[in-house]
Amino acid sequence: MTAVTVPPPAAAPVRRRRAALLGRAPQDTPAGIGTYLLLAVTMLFAAFPLYWMFVIATSTDEALAKLPPAVLPGDRFLVNLREVFSLQDVYFAASLVNSAIVSIVVTASVLFFCSLAGFAFAKLRFRGSNALMVFVVLTLTVPNQLGIVALYIVMGKLGWNGTLLAVIAPGLVTAFGVFYMRQFIVNSVPDELVESARMDGASTMRVYANIVLPAIRPALAVLGLLTFVATWNDFQWPLITLSGTDYPTSMVAISDLASGNYVIYRRVLAGAFVATIPLLVMLFIGGRQIVRGIMEGAVKA
Amino acid sequence: MSTTRAAPAPPGRRSASPRGGSGADERRVTWRNRLYRFDVRYMPYLMIAPFFLLFIVFGLFPLLFNGVVSLRNYRLDDPTLPYWAGGANFTRLFGDEDFWNALYNTFGIFLLSSVPQLLLALVVAALLNRRLRAQTWWRVGMLLPYITPIVASTMVFSVFFSRDFGMANWGLGLFGIGGGDTPIDWRADKLHSWIAVATMVNWKWIGYNALLYLAAMQSIPRDVYEAAAIDGAGPWRQLWRITVPMIQPIVVFTVVLSTIGGLQLFTEPMLFDLNAQNARGGPNGEWQTIAQLIYKVGWKDLNLGYAAAMSWALFLIILIVAGINFLLTNRLSGGRK
Repeated sequence: MTAVTVPPPAAAPVRRRRAALLGRAPQDTPAGIGTYLLLAVTMLFAAFPLYWMFVIATSTDEALAKLPPAVLPGDRFLVNLREVFSLQDVYFAASLVNSAIVSIVVTASVLFFCSLAGFAFAKLRFRGSNALMVFVVLTLTVPNQLGIVALYIVMGKLGWNGTLLAVIAPGLVTAFGVFYMRQFIVNSVPDELVESARMDGASTMRVYANIVLPAIRPALAVLGLLTFVATWNDFQWPLITLSGTDYPTSMVAISDLASGNYVIYRRVLAGAFVATIPLLVMLFIGGRQIVRGIMEGAVKA
Repeated sequence: MSTTRAAPAPPGRRSASPRGGSGADERRVTWRNRLYRFDVRYMPYLMIAPFFLLFIVFGLFPLLFNGVVSLRNYRLDDPTLPYWAGGANFTRLFGDEDFWNALYNTFGIFLLSSVPQLLLALVVAALLNRRLRAQTWWRVGMLLPYITPIVASTMVFSVFFSRDFGMANWGLGLFGIGGGDTPIDWRADKLHSWIAVATMVNWKWIGYNALLYLAAMQSIPRDVYEAAAIDGAGPWRQLWRITVPMIQPIVVFTVVLSTIGGLQLFTEPMLFDLNAQNARGGPNGEWQTIAQLIYKVGWKDLNLGYAAAMSWALFLIILIVAGINFLLTNRLSGGRK
């Protein structure tokens, strides 16, 4: 590493400093004040809309018409919330429950089926496994919006439009999940361990439960968090199949709050804030995992 | 061979079993054998089956069926039309002003969002690519926009870009732009509405892309920088001359990713509209994107056949543009060819 460039202690201090400064890779260079300052500004931009959402959500209507704009939260959060939850046609409380159901079911199912398929692709020998894996990777690149019209017709034939099934079913296993799990299992589960368990007569499912599952817990956390966030935030398809029904997800409900000729933003943003809280909590608890998941995915891609 | 637990039953035991239940024993053994064979031979297929089944039903079939629908008269409000439309939906597409307008908007917003987005992400990644205190928290913080629902953030930006009391106009006013008397109406013309929508997209994705770049930057071999230092390259020069070419594959990847995402833009333009349910994207479709138009044609005008034809057109466009961008960034970002 950099130690190579650092001259022996006998060298003049000036030269040592120069070499250390110049020859060092950026990731080994301590950040200066300027870097921290710029990062802080970036962070401010990233966080401000969220903060301001909270400000409006806790304020009266007047706060929106103030110049310079209000920057401190008000004390009307509960009042606004009560209004949101009591609106007749929005079903906001139910929508939060629906979002939770959809996200939890999809996440659990993705974790189970994707790790199972990932295990099969990574460690089991079967005819056509390579070709089938290539197929999985290819499906990663297909924009899902292309088939949305036909998907709606398919769901109509099944009688699922307007029910949570229509939102849950297409997400139960994802190509990304299978791919991600396969990559992780290839590297983290030793072949010998699988082989020896086999020798002892363990069935495939037993190997999965006793050897694979414990080894891939970190990957499960990452994939689970990413899937939950994506499912919770999904808007277009839920809007198409669920809007106008009594079973909206929270994103559809928020868009309902914001429809009509006169939009009351303190309500809309109070609702939006409530629907964002679960994700903020997740980022706070699992932020490390989410960051790692995204960065690992980048190196592999 | 690993015949597992079924193996210990030697063939000799068959004839002379000390116990009476030899028949049952044998049956159990063969049954186990069969189970084992099934486990080895077919279990893998069973394990990957859920993905393929689901993909076929909800992915592949709709994709193909979409092609069939686009050749049909598929109106939800008028089932009496003749079954097949032939190429009528596609002919109509070519003369449809709304479609060309939406295509124009989509590209405008795409350019305004993807270019600054990726450039800024590079800069942010370069900032993060230092030895930082509380490193993890800086990275996690960059993901705040990524986990925020687009629906929620778009509502905030919707207020932010309002004409009379919006914070955007107030902020610009401080710099003498727009001013108090002639505030910018962000929803009145193409350029301003595009900027507003593009801002939302940029806000959402800069941090995410920065983390992707950061991951690639950290895997650059350190000795490359030593060589650069001898040549006397400063940090800024290092970033553009060394770091960026070295992480070229991931840059190409994000360009393709943002192309696919940007051309399907839906939620932001949809909810930026003060009356979102119309899916018009402004009084005269100033910022209506193709995805939004597909939604309007399919579920507001109830013409699914035409919407399907538009989806096909969008798919083709995405393919072409993603391909061009792939080649272009591959060429531009230099480095290894």
